Amino acid sequence: MATVSLKQLTKRYGNMEIVHGIDLEIADREFIALVGPSGCGKSTTLRMIAGLEDITGGNIDIGGRMVNDLPPRSRNISMVFQSYALYPHMTVRENLGFSLKIAGAAKDDMDRRVAEASAILGLDELLERRPSQLSGGQRQRVAMGRAIVRDPDVFLFDEPLSNLDAKLRTQMRTEIKKLHAKVKSTVIYVTHDQVEAMTLADRIVIMRSGHIEQVGTPDEVFSRPATHFVAGFIGSPPMNLHQATVSDGRLMFGGGDSLPLPGQFKSKTAAGDKVVFGIRPDDFYPTGHGLSSGGETEVHRVELPVSITEPLGNETLVFAEFNGADWVSRMLNPKPLKAGDRIGMSFDLSRAHLFSAETGKSLRS
Amino acid sequence: MDENASARLTRRALTVAHRVGLFLAMLVICLPGIWIVLSSLRPTVEIMAKPPVWIPQQLSVDAYVAMFSGIGKGGIPVLDYFRNSLVISVTSTAIAVAIGMAGGYAFARYRFRGKSGMFLGLMLTRTVPGIALSLPLFFLYVRLGIIDTHIGMILAYVALNVPFTIWLIDGFFRQVPKDLAEAAQIDGCTRWQAFWQVEFPLARPGIASAAIFAFLTCWNEFALASQLTRSVNSKTLPVGLLDYTAEFTIDWRGMCALAVVMIIPALALTYIVQKHLVGGLTSGAVKG
Repeated sequence: MATVSLKQLTKRYGNMEIVHGIDLEIADREFIALVGPSGCGKSTTLRMIAGLEDITGGNIDIGGRMVNDLPPRSRNISMVFQSYALYPHMTVRENLGFSLKIAGAAKDDMDRRVAEASAILGLDELLERRPSQLSGGQRQRVAMGRAIVRDPDVFLFDEPLSNLDAKLRTQMRTEIKKLHAKVKSTVIYVTHDQVEAMTLADRIVIMRSGHIEQVGTPDEVFSRPATHFVAGFIGSPPMNLHQATVSDGRLMFGGGDSLPLPGQFKSKTAAGDKVVFGIRPDDFYPTGHGLSSGGETEVHRVELPVSITEPLGNETLVFAEFNGADWVSRMLNPKPLKAGDRIGMSFDLSRAHLFSAETGKSLRS
Repeated sequence: MDENASARLTRRALTVAHRVGLFLAMLVICLPGIWIVLSSLRPTVEIMAKPPVWIPQQLSVDAYVAMFSGIGKGGIPVLDYFRNSLVISVTSTAIAVAIGMAGGYAFARYRFRGKSGMFLGLMLTRTVPGIALSLPLFFLYVRLGIIDTHIGMILAYVALNVPFTIWLIDGFFRQVPKDLAEAAQIDGCTRWQAFWQVEFPLARPGIASAAIFAFLTCWNEFALASQLTRSVNSKTLPVGLLDYTAEFTIDWRGMCALAVVMIIPALALTYIVQKHLVGGLTSGAVKG
């Protein structure tokens, strides 16, 4: 059993607090992604779990054992670094077997485990090469191989794909997912790429400025973002978020335009409340070119001018001007449009989000 | 003639010019060495001749034979000097490199109070010429009773070399990505094992260069050695050269022969160690 539990975990450098007492319970064999913008404390948190950074306060338990002050080698973890961190003076075989050599494993055992890892990752051809003779994707695979050879309780990944090109990244993402299915260890995966987090993780932890904003399944964080920050961070293209004031059952945007107050928020707001209105590009679409959510009763239609379009083949992102700003919408079964065209747009208000302008928290209960 | 042919010709002409230039530069660099070897093999008359005699008329190894034939027969205690030079240079190099590794690693990897001040201080010690220290050192050594001893010379040379070895090795440790030592620790190493298994092999070219420089500094040093040594107990080869000067004469041929004897081990060592000076070992450790 390799559960990981963080309790009131804090990190301070001098007077500057980087991680502010976070709590997180990670189940055995769970794939958790820590995601957030640069400087949100996600890598620091991972390094504290690895034992590469001292913790200032709180507790880290791995498999029910407190590891606060244990050195990395006593935590039975392995880590894949963003830079791969392969040992350049060793061949791929020596890189893979290094941890076993240090542990004093028998030669037979070492050969067998290196061969297993190499077979899983398709490294057989590369075993006698040095890291400098490998491509980026191959280095990445060796780094993963080095991690699985140890048969650790917990795998830690620190932005492992960010140095690869887009195509290779997609490919490696699939490999990581397959790897997790095979090795069945607990995985903690740090990334700033929300697509990676959404596609790989069982649960996503969204961090911001050293705090956890929300923990949930990919579907939860996408469909029910707890805060205005999560709503803007998860989803591509991002959710349209605009300030509004509640008045007379309507949302008044500063520029003079307004929308009806979505039914589900009527009881949760009062006239004069300052809110942030959010709607995903999928729920704001050119009329007749969207996905029906089943909440058609709350679709609000307006005619709006198009400012620009981004055709993607199977769909087009249409930026329509509303209340003096560009709102992005996703057009399915696209038809040609040009800037300046006026088209009918639908707001599916049953799927809209409202956040408190003051606290940033969702008003949906 | 078409454009390609003329470009080809220009490139060839440039290659030839480049080689001629290199040959001339090497000639200027090597000439003093060649001159010393030649002078050790020919009579004093030819050495002192004006205009110089470029092509030796007669060669003999008399100077070398005389050098080893013992005191009173034109010889000097060359084996004693050689032993002193070797003991002093090897020991002080080993100590300076060990301190350089520890210091260089600390400067490259750790943050501590007064770090840049200390580093600057170390570098400033290099600005003081060795000869300026010889008199104070002489008085100090006399008081301590370590004048004309190996230990005295080793101490002086360690002090002379440590700032340089720290500076050089620090630069090489900085080039070894920090991630590697961290990866090694996660792979089960202690901090100490991570250093020896991963960081040390990668910084080896730097450590080898520091060792060569430190050794050559000790091996060739004259100013301090001439003040702090007195007898065959501790006199090194460069100081031994002075044995060939008398009140009114200088035995140029013998001096050149001893210089050749001095140069050979230094050349041999540099040749042996140079294979460790292969840079770029760290490429491929981390991205691109």
